[in-house]
Amino acid sequence: MPSETPIFELRGVHRSFKSGRQVIKVLQDVNLALQPREILCLVGESGCGKTTTGKIIAGMLPASSGEVLFEGRAVAGLKGEDFNAYRKAVQIVHQDPYASLNPTHNLYRTLSFPLFRHKLVKNNAEARARVLELLELVDLTPATDFIEKYPHQLSGGQRQRVAVARALTVNPRLIVADEPVSMVDVSIRVSLLNTLTRLQRQLGLTFVFITHDLAVARYFAWEGRIAVMYLGRVVEIGPAPEVTSNPQHPYTRALISSLPEPDPELTRSKQRLELRSQDIPSLLRIPSGCAFHPRCPFHVPGKCDVERPQLAPTPGASWAACHVTEAAAVRG
Amino acid sequence: MQPVLSVRNLSVEYAAARGKVKAVNNVSFDLFPAETLAIIGESGCGKTTLALALVRLLSRSARIVSGEVTFSGANGVMPFDILTLNQRQLRAYRWRNCAMVFQSALNALNPVLKVKAQVQDTARAHGERDEKKIEARALQLFKAVRLDPDRVYNAYPHELSGGMRQRVLLALGLLLDPQIVILDEPTTALDVLTQRTIIEVLKRIKQEMGFALVFISHDLSMAAELADRIVTMYAGQIVEIGPVNDVFYRPKHPYTTGLMRAVPGLHGDKADLISIPGSPPDLIAPPPGCKFAPRCPYATAICTQQEPPLEARAPNHASACHHWDQIPILRATERNGSDA
Repeated sequence: MPSETPIFELRGVHRSFKSGRQVIKVLQDVNLALQPREILCLVGESGCGKTTTGKIIAGMLPASSGEVLFEGRAVAGLKGEDFNAYRKAVQIVHQDPYASLNPTHNLYRTLSFPLFRHKLVKNNAEARARVLELLELVDLTPATDFIEKYPHQLSGGQRQRVAVARALTVNPRLIVADEPVSMVDVSIRVSLLNTLTRLQRQLGLTFVFITHDLAVARYFAWEGRIAVMYLGRVVEIGPAPEVTSNPQHPYTRALISSLPEPDPELTRSKQRLELRSQDIPSLLRIPSGCAFHPRCPFHVPGKCDVERPQLAPTPGASWAACHVTEAAAVRG
Repeated sequence: MQPVLSVRNLSVEYAAARGKVKAVNNVSFDLFPAETLAIIGESGCGKTTLALALVRLLSRSARIVSGEVTFSGANGVMPFDILTLNQRQLRAYRWRNCAMVFQSALNALNPVLKVKAQVQDTARAHGERDEKKIEARALQLFKAVRLDPDRVYNAYPHELSGGMRQRVLLALGLLLDPQIVILDEPTTALDVLTQRTIIEVLKRIKQEMGFALVFISHDLSMAAELADRIVTMYAGQIVEIGPVNDVFYRPKHPYTTGLMRAVPGLHGDKADLISIPGSPPDLIAPPPGCKFAPRCPYATAICTQQEPPLEARAPNHASACHHWDQIPILRATERNGSDA
């Protein structure tokens, strides 16, 4: 691991929400350190806490407890200029480009507003030049054809590019992208992902990429890491090719083996990991010990349902929170 | 073999402010007994409109312009054209002969009625009055789709998870033992592990009950796993149809190839993925010639002038492309033997 100061760090972060008299524990003891220029994909099923984690990083939601550090400084304590600097440095791209753009504003207005708001340009001429530059950056070319357009004149993929350009207006260093390609058609999904990869390299961005699609995570985070979340905790984290080719945690293994693949013979001959239970437990009744134990085929009674496993190194390059893989690692 | 459903030259238009949207354009195909046919394509390609036309559930702004949809699946009944049925005949055809299971499991069930009531209502609406018989059948089907029969039968929809609701709908679709089941995006919006349960359930009940299955999906992986044959749709037309392995490994249309090359997998080195440039044509004023030509790497002058016909390019494998013989084979031989 590089020894630079992490650009962003979550230490023992918890987050819960009240629903009537009940308390829903959405995140429990999440620890993540993001190195500058790193790509981290958060994957997991609905309700695993990946979006909440993204919102905490983007400063849209405070943690209930634990430390949230931006460049080594607690976000909660940032005031005035420092807080503004943090909010500018971390930007978010939302899932739905049909909802995230104002339909009555053309692209010039959408993209120039933050430029003026943050005093990054002095006048209209400067703003126009910068907007054209941003449109080129996200491959909306020729930019002069796009600058006067309204969202309804654009396809889903093009709108998502505008959303990315808007995030880039304030020269961020970290971008949280929440399912940015899930509403974009398959035929153009890859070109959007490739644009994001190019921007990451060209601008030296750090990416937190949230997705439910492991194949997309593997493709986008090829040189980065994947963190798999289950019921509010990170259960496995490691280099993307490793986590997807050689999954260690039984939950990750179940996900990978369950996914159908775009190859008829491969997908029909794939080994499947059978779970003990099909149903995902409610966040209101998170199982004791390892939260995955009621579904886990390797569950050891008296151990997994009692003691919570911590993230620990595995025989591979990733870390997993599992008693069974830990025991295997010790045996070597 | 005699097809259970035969679609010929079907065209459907929607009335829009700017003109007529040619959502389905001159589509012909056969569905054979007990086969699984996957219709793949991107949003707006006409796949859902086509499915809705097969059960005549199109919205009021839609009009079937031409075509025939001949059903010949029922024993001892003369084949008939679905497009000529009156409302009473349609009600008999829907559900008994052909059931459609919709995309959104959340919206398709009535939230204020117990599952039980919805099962009985459905059966009654389609002419089945024996409540005991229906209950027994429903419980048997719930078991087949891996639900706890008694609990689910007496539950309200909100007491069930998304995956359970999807399975209730599936069981409901099979209630009157139809010869054809149409599934519209059966697993979108479901989590990976839930999706796997649905896939396994589908495979099993399909084998047990022997209906013909049409499923519509934008997900190539689902099609690879479940389908016997694949139909690729683009801009309201069928551009390719053939056995699953042939279409995946030896596609004969550049749009199919484009889709295959755009989807990341979970194996091997970092894939060299390429998007299809451009976007689908305006269906109000579609371009002349091949609709895919503006995005196609093989396009030549003929493509923009002459519409390529859907013709056989290999046994049971047809495509609508002038340059089908230039399209590279993606994988020459199968890993374990040939197609069954």
